[in-house]
Amino acid sequence: MNQSSDNALNTSDRHLQRRHRKASLFSSFCALITFMGVALLALLLYQVCVDGIKWLDIQFLTSFPSRFPARAGILSALVGTLWLISLIALIAIPIGVATALYLEEFSKKNRLNRLIELNISNLAGVPSIVYGIIGLALFVRGLNLERSLISGALTMSLLILPVIIIASREAIKTVPMSIRHAAFALGATRWQTAWAHVLPASFPGILTGVILALSRAIGETAPLIMIGGLTYVAFLPDGPMDSFTAMPIQIYNWVARPQHEFHQLAASAIIVLLAVLLIMNAAAIVIRHKTER
Amino acid sequence: MSAQLDEKLMIPGQREQAANNKPAFAEESILNLDQVNIYYSGKAAIKEVSFPIAKQKITSLIGPSGCGKSTLLRSLNRMNDFIPEVTMDGLFTYNGQNLNAPSVDPVEVRRHIGMVFQKPNPFPKTIYKNIAWGPNINGYQKSLDELVEHSLKQAALWDEVKDRLHESALSLSGGQQQRLCIARALAMEPDILLMDEPCSALDPISTAHIEDLLFELKTRYTIVIVTHNMQQAARISDYTAFLESGELIEFGVTEQLFTMPQKQRTEEYVTGRFG
Ligand SMILES: Nc1ncnc2c1ncn2[C@@H]1O[C@H](COP(=O)(O)OP(=O)(O)OP(=O)(O)O)[C@@H](O)[C@H]1O
Ligand SMILES: [Mg+2]
Repeated sequence: MNQSSDNALNTSDRHLQRRHRKASLFSSFCALITFMGVALLALLLYQVCVDGIKWLDIQFLTSFPSRFPARAGILSALVGTLWLISLIALIAIPIGVATALYLEEFSKKNRLNRLIELNISNLAGVPSIVYGIIGLALFVRGLNLERSLISGALTMSLLILPVIIIASREAIKTVPMSIRHAAFALGATRWQTAWAHVLPASFPGILTGVILALSRAIGETAPLIMIGGLTYVAFLPDGPMDSFTAMPIQIYNWVARPQHEFHQLAASAIIVLLAVLLIMNAAAIVIRHKTER
Repeated sequence: MSAQLDEKLMIPGQREQAANNKPAFAEESILNLDQVNIYYSGKAAIKEVSFPIAKQKITSLIGPSGCGKSTLLRSLNRMNDFIPEVTMDGLFTYNGQNLNAPSVDPVEVRRHIGMVFQKPNPFPKTIYKNIAWGPNINGYQKSLDELVEHSLKQAALWDEVKDRLHESALSLSGGQQQRLCIARALAMEPDILLMDEPCSALDPISTAHIEDLLFELKTRYTIVIVTHNMQQAARISDYTAFLESGELIEFGVTEQLFTMPQKQRTEEYVTGRFG
């Protein structure tokens, strides 16, 4: 009796052993794939660092671009990018989150709204150069905003709005229905429920989507070139109506030059761009931690 | 269990006595259901149900799983509005007013008719905020601290949570969460409190607390409670409605419905000789 029950718990069952083997094989396979992805990324980073480290110093961060590699810097592009990102965040986050909230919490599920939803998904797949053309026609020419920061920011906002909306909607969908019902049963309106419960509960997910979208905006070149971000700017913008350059434009410009030194400068600029991205992500993690508690 | 109930409730002679002074519904009703039908995508889940809900009394809804108790309960404070498939007809009269009239604001209805759900659903916020939020958005003027304490005491939860009011409500056990939900509903001081199996996640001691609470509340509130527990229905409620497959089989004074039901089906169900 005792012995047989011992046996039942042994792993001598051949069928079970085969299943264990299968499981470990599959997890090794997954680990390998993950490792390959990370290794490729590390290699790329290594290459960029080797090329870029040479020019990367305070002088590089505080100088305007120049014909002479030794004197060239990223200042105007860095400040331009920070301006752009701030403006984009101010424009795209409120509109994107409000749209997602409307579609999930308020809109009736009718034909028109389904059409809108479908279109938003489609817009996420439109090539960025097309947004550049729209920006040129609509903001630069149509609204006479010139080749300014605000034109760039509006264009980029259009570009990332679908991403923010889709990510926010997914985050809002994960909030359990029972929480909304609890609020409604206390005599809350839809608006009170959305503001006090749905939005805070979906905040971490929305933040992730927003950071992803802003990261995309920070690296986009094509639409900015299309609406005429300048390639040589020896001043800092004072306000949203000023003309500007941005880091991807500067990088693109340097890479296009024949001299090897400028290619190295481009690598340095890429490192700075990555640093900005990292700081943004870190900030998001800190904010999320703070609000979750 | 059911045999016990039999013995306890069917004392010889009582049948005849109850039959003689058969009390009609002589109470003041706060809510009245008249020929109510509720459909999910056109399929009837509640069929031609009519009965009154007496003011400051406890009415229990009993019946087998899936018979439509929750559906009916949700229709009493317009919570079915949130289920798009639901359509209703028939007349719900609350204090003489048609509950479903276009001029009636469902938000206002829910301020007066509160609800405790079948599954505990605390907000993912602190214990304090769970209770204070409802009164707060509805313009409660007096001290929220006192209200929170009073509501938690009423729901027999105060002693367990008084030192951790500002911790997350999700850190509470399932039974504690349910009592928190009851406290949250009470904090709104509703006219009518709808409860969907509020004790199904509770141990016998908490259940006894809640039952005591219901007795006490009855002096000020009207309570409609769904329960699967026959003893509970018999113990606490003044009136009982027995539903089966969406139809009202029998409605009456609890004692009478349990001791000398008019219908065969009711007798079989309440005595446990079911199916
Ligand atoms: N959202 C819905 N869509 C379609 N049918 C539903 C929906 N909710 C409930 N029903 C159906 O309506 C009937 C009544 O359901 P209800 O939840 O009211 O039963 P109940 O009496 O509360 O059961 P239980 O005691 O198990 O909680 C069931 O047949 C159920 O399948
Ligand atoms: Mg139910």
